[in-house]
Amino acid sequence: MESVNVAERTDSATRVSFDLTTASVRELNAFLHDPAKLAGIEQVTVLNPEGAHNLAVGVAAPIDIEIDGNAGYFIAGMNKQANVTVHGNVGWSVAENIMSGTVRVKGIASECAGASGHGGLLVIEGDASSRCGISMKGCDIVVGGSVGHMSAFMAQAGRMVVCGDAGGGLGDSLYEAVIYVRGTIHSLGADAQEEPMTDDDYAALTELLGKAGFDHDPKSFKRVASGRTLYHWNADAEQDY
Amino acid sequence: MNRPVALDTEQPVDERLLSLENSYSYSSDTLAYIQRAARYGLYDIRGLGAKRKLPNFDDLSFLTAGASRYPLEGYREKCTTKTVLGTRFAKKPIVLDTPITIAGMSFGALSANVKESLGRAATEMGTSTTTGDGGMTQEERGSSKTLIYQCLPSRYGFNPDDLRKADAIEMVIGQGAKPGGGGMLLGQKINPRVAKMRTLPEGVDQRSACRHPDWTGPDDLAIKLKELREITDWQVPIYIKVGATRTYQDVKLAVKAGADVVVVDGMQGGTAATQQVFIEHTGIPTLAATKLAVQALEDMDMRGTVQLIVSGGIRSGADVAKALAMGADAVAIGQGVLMALGCNSPFWWKGNQRVSAEADYHALGTAPGHCHHCQTGKCPVGVTTQDTVLEQRVQPDMGAKHVKNYLQTMNMELTTLARACGKSNVHHLEREDLVAMTVEAAAMAGLPLAGTSWIPGVNGC
Ligand code: SF4
Repeated sequence: MESVNVAERTDSATRVSFDLTTASVRELNAFLHDPAKLAGIEQVTVLNPEGAHNLAVGVAAPIDIEIDGNAGYFIAGMNKQANVTVHGNVGWSVAENIMSGTVRVKGIASECAGASGHGGLLVIEGDASSRCGISMKGCDIVVGGSVGHMSAFMAQAGRMVVCGDAGGGLGDSLYEAVIYVRGTIHSLGADAQEEPMTDDDYAALTELLGKAGFDHDPKSFKRVASGRTLYHWNADAEQDY
Repeated sequence: MNRPVALDTEQPVDERLLSLENSYSYSSDTLAYIQRAARYGLYDIRGLGAKRKLPNFDDLSFLTAGASRYPLEGYREKCTTKTVLGTRFAKKPIVLDTPITIAGMSFGALSANVKESLGRAATEMGTSTTTGDGGMTQEERGSSKTLIYQCLPSRYGFNPDDLRKADAIEMVIGQGAKPGGGGMLLGQKINPRVAKMRTLPEGVDQRSACRHPDWTGPDDLAIKLKELREITDWQVPIYIKVGATRTYQDVKLAVKAGADVVVVDGMQGGTAATQQVFIEHTGIPTLAATKLAVQALEDMDMRGTVQLIVSGGIRSGADVAKALAMGADAVAIGQGVLMALGCNSPFWWKGNQRVSAEADYHALGTAPGHCHHCQTGKCPVGVTTQDTVLEQRVQPDMGAKHVKNYLQTMNMELTTLARACGKSNVHHLEREDLVAMTVEAAAMAGLPLAGTSWIPGVNGC
């Protein structure tokens, strides 16, 4: 079914579109936050994003959102439940602090993709720049291409899959997040270490690659996790009180 | 000459004079520092704020009314303390009954009972309280009428549901006790609930990030603030908190990035745990930071549009009045309220009974009045702890009462001084009402030295 412009919405319309040449980002987000307006809506399409920032942020509803073109910073920030697809590239911090749902970028993503994500799935079909998955706290991230330096920095929980190469300082100061890399790892960060793959790792990769739509052989990936040597950096300190 | 004789030993007293000259460079504190460093090979981590002598609000005094000014009648004539924050962009600014607010302190650093006590006291006084690096607890949301939700670099427990429950958002760039540094919580305080809220392994020595994960500079920050406004539909104010270092520039950048309120935390500001070297050797005193922040707002013609909250070693109603007279719209208090709850007190309250905590201080290697051992998680009076036994030493009923009394006392002192200056509104206090008692304070606060018209550094003087 075709989307109708939100301004011409009828009661029976399940798909609406916002054309950002005439509608504002504020109008789009206000609509996406309003349960009364979202009643009966299955899909919202954003036309002519033209690199706009903060599209579809703070959504907490199980709807499909299609962004039809390149978008700016913080796209789908703090997403909960929604399935957001960007048919283009995105700027910094796409799906930052994602809680649940899925965010998919068909193109490439700039820095800090999925930063501090707590849950849900972020798929970047192309490359992601530096600090992808920084501080992640339980979300899953699958990158079809490569990731830039300092990716998964201080990542606490969740899984990151890199089908291409990883830049320098991968997994620096990792906590319990796990990283899988298919290509070359330029260098590992402090306390990150390569570890043998287990059956659980293969099962996790099969699941994540399947969800993301990539058919790479899980056996072609390496596992990186925390050496946990920084967990108790204060251990020898004045513990005699 | 008759020699004094020690009767018990019958030994003559040694009359040589002991040479006990003190060294300024190698004082007893410095000696203790070197000996400690030599023993452990690791920097000292501690709580609270800078302990060294710094110019502060005590170095200012009010020129209250006389023949040239008309005072208001003591407690009889009305003097309002109503304070409104966040009028620039938010649909729902924060409206408080007093300019004295409670600073951000984390659940994790503080117990749930303490968080609840603070929320209840703040609510009774019509003021706000603030979350910290551990996310929002139900206890504090439930007990706080006005709750400020911090967005910190760690983003522990940060989520859109709590964000929408907040009455304002505070983007924390830095903290006065450790500007440029992230939080610390040592393993002994990471109990199962704290670990879960922070998504961390239990017992880990946690050092949280010092940089935000999703933005780096002021241009990104402007977009980040818009994201938070979009998520909250432009309802609530956004504060930006900076540790006081390059305060003039930082306040200008915060305003440019779109802050409704700027919070400036001076170097006397406290922390639950950080390196001693950070606490004592970084930042500028609150007095200097207040002047620079006000100057930045005035130079941008933003005073009154963007409100200023000052924190870091605000202890009394006099401090509050002086901060307001210098140009702050409100203050935030951290350490003071912890002390009202019993920090550094020799005893804790069991019902209406006082119970000595001295032995527990001694077990930490300290004594009441000298303690800064919040990082241990073994707070003798149950304030900064996650220990299930110790945390019972602060009960929300008694805790809320003490914090409320403290806030109320300060509010009364504030209006006393304002009335004596002839003001029926504490926000009418002005720089003209103040003088400095020392040359340093005059220079830092930009106020004339008492008895002169001399402001060091002004007009080439
Ligand atoms: S008494 Fe408790 S709150 Fe106060 S400094 Fe000691 S440990 Fe910290």
